[in-house]
Amino acid sequence: MTDQLSQAELVRKSLKRRYRKERRFRAYGIAAIAIALSALVVLFADIVGKGATGFMKTTLDLQVELDGEMMYLDDATDERQLKMADFVEPLVQALLKEIPSATESDRDAVADLINPYASVTLRDALKENPEWLNTTRSMSFLAHTDVDVYVKHAGDDAYSIKLSQQQQRWVDQLVEKGIVETSFNDTFFKNGDSRDPSKAGILGAIIGSLLTMIVTLALSFPIGVAAAIYLEEFAPQNKLTDFIEVNINNLAAVPSIIFGLLGLAVFINLFGMPRSVPVVGGLVLTLMTLPTIIISSRAAIKSVPPSIREAAEGIGASKMQVVLHHVLPLAMPGMLTGSIIGMAQALGETAPLLLIGMVAFIVDVPEGFFDSATVLPVQVFLWAGSPELAFIERASAAIMVLLAFLIGMNALAIWLRKRLERRW
Amino acid sequence: MSTLNTAVAQEMDKSDEAELPAGESRPAETVIEEGATVGAPYADDPKFKLRDVEVFYGEDRAIKNISLDIARNEVIAFIGPSGCGKSTFLRCLNRMNDSIDICRVKGSLQLDDQDLYDPKRDVVELRARVGMVFQKPNPFPKSIYDNVAYGPRIHGLANRKSDLDDIVESSLRKAGLWEEVKDRLDATATGMSGGQQQRLCIARAIAVSPEVVLMDEPCSALDPIATAKVEELIAELSESYTIVIVTHSMQQAARVSHRTAYFHLGHLVEVNDTNKVFTSPEHELTESYITGRFG
Repeated sequence: MTDQLSQAELVRKSLKRRYRKERRFRAYGIAAIAIALSALVVLFADIVGKGATGFMKTTLDLQVELDGEMMYLDDATDERQLKMADFVEPLVQALLKEIPSATESDRDAVADLINPYASVTLRDALKENPEWLNTTRSMSFLAHTDVDVYVKHAGDDAYSIKLSQQQQRWVDQLVEKGIVETSFNDTFFKNGDSRDPSKAGILGAIIGSLLTMIVTLALSFPIGVAAAIYLEEFAPQNKLTDFIEVNINNLAAVPSIIFGLLGLAVFINLFGMPRSVPVVGGLVLTLMTLPTIIISSRAAIKSVPPSIREAAEGIGASKMQVVLHHVLPLAMPGMLTGSIIGMAQALGETAPLLLIGMVAFIVDVPEGFFDSATVLPVQVFLWAGSPELAFIERASAAIMVLLAFLIGMNALAIWLRKRLERRW
Repeated sequence: MSTLNTAVAQEMDKSDEAELPAGESRPAETVIEEGATVGAPYADDPKFKLRDVEVFYGEDRAIKNISLDIARNEVIAFIGPSGCGKSTFLRCLNRMNDSIDICRVKGSLQLDDQDLYDPKRDVVELRARVGMVFQKPNPFPKSIYDNVAYGPRIHGLANRKSDLDDIVESSLRKAGLWEEVKDRLDATATGMSGGQQQRLCIARAIAVSPEVVLMDEPCSALDPIATAKVEELIAELSESYTIVIVTHSMQQAARVSHRTAYFHLGHLVEVNDTNKVFTSPEHELTESYITGRFG
């Protein structure tokens, strides 16, 4: 009896110790998650804080008097005249009218508030509507980048304000009158890259990324899955397949820039493919993604329970039928998840694309797989390295767009897995 | 491939270990003479004619020189302690061991006087003739209908939907499952109870009208009621099929089989009419096994 009691006592004591240990262990886990989460929160807060203004643009709403004499233009349908005409003067005059304190001698200082591309906007508008000549129109133009920076970041030490004291006063007046306005930056989503931050957009990079991803997916998924099926189901178990397996695992760990060098040497120098095009980018990223897809597909195939194969073989299904009818459908969710994660990796990849020339400054939005293009992460890289401070918010905004794409792809992966998963 | 093999091997190991009761050891080595099977291993005009069969797992000799005939439309039960090679031997009969890389089979194995292991022999055709039911119910994660229809579909046994429907219905009827599932043929098979799943697997096996059905401990995962149903089913099936059943339950062997073969450490020790094996075994090892002294 005493023996039993003391044993119960011992158990109780050890229980206490065990529970303490358990609580401590749980605390470590919670601390680890808290650190990871706070890092994530800081990252997102910083990016959003810096980039939110990148989604806003500053515009000037002006009553423009389209005086033909002032513009040296008497026929707005004449291409030659349109080329020679002066589209800056009407803008400057319209702005001068809104700033009573400015005189004709302040003309240059006032002109500096208008975006250099505003005149192009005006010309295009006239080209489309020749009948506007000699009328007064209410139109909206992009403000100069310096105005944009001043309006958004007046009190911020990180930005240097390039406007003079006098110009700043004018802008303050214009803001009060409602002439200078900030609104959603549709230019950012409609344009390609530009030297002028207020005109720079990411449409070119988005399309470039899309084209590159299409090439990558179209090549890496079928090749990766086929390789995984062969290695897992058909390949004989020997030294050669062991060697291949080790090397595939090694490839997954090779720094991505090496794949860029390979792409440069093989696709561009040897095969003579053009530089900076989505096809070559896609090929390089395919090489980079393949090991990931092969490894995850093999894991998915391995996780198909052997009893299902036996059942199919026992009925007399051929090897191919076992694979196609039973193994593949069961492994598909895993394969897709792996592939999408590989694609997300490829979408965020910069280094290998630098080497094949996708880092070039490209203004035009690419229209095909053989058009020069850049991709989202490279665009971020380009803008982040730009000396012009106004590009920083553009870079942050581009990061947010990139993150949105990545989150979308991961959500798709989860949805597909849930959708295709079959239980047994 | 390797994972499949190890998984299968592990599964075999597991069942072996589990069924050797703790603290009980195998009896002192009784010397068994190789190939010297006691009783009546041979039959006239056999379905399977197996001579000097040896199976190796790598260096390991799992089946040692076994000769046996399996007669037409008989139910033969393989019994013996765990690890004695009865499952391995069974899996030779439809070449399920092929998928295990390290497994080699020697000797002469004939089905209707044709060599099973002839390199020219089509294993797909063989498995259509020799069906198999496994230890654990393993329905495909598809509907009940698709499970049964899968075999006839891949072998092209039915040209029209109505033919396929007929095959599915008759197979499910033979497996005694039709009344329970006829209203939910589209339901997924994995949602059924274990006993129903196993009977579905039997229906799936007989849907391709095989000549032989191999059963590898078909009731080991089932409760007594489901077991009784499957046993009833075996008795009915024995009218039209040759059935080879591996079992750990001696009562089951006694209830369902015509002949019983006792395996021990890769040897075939004794084959005789079931009655005889259980009432007056000829070999001392058989006797100690069926009287429960080990196993």
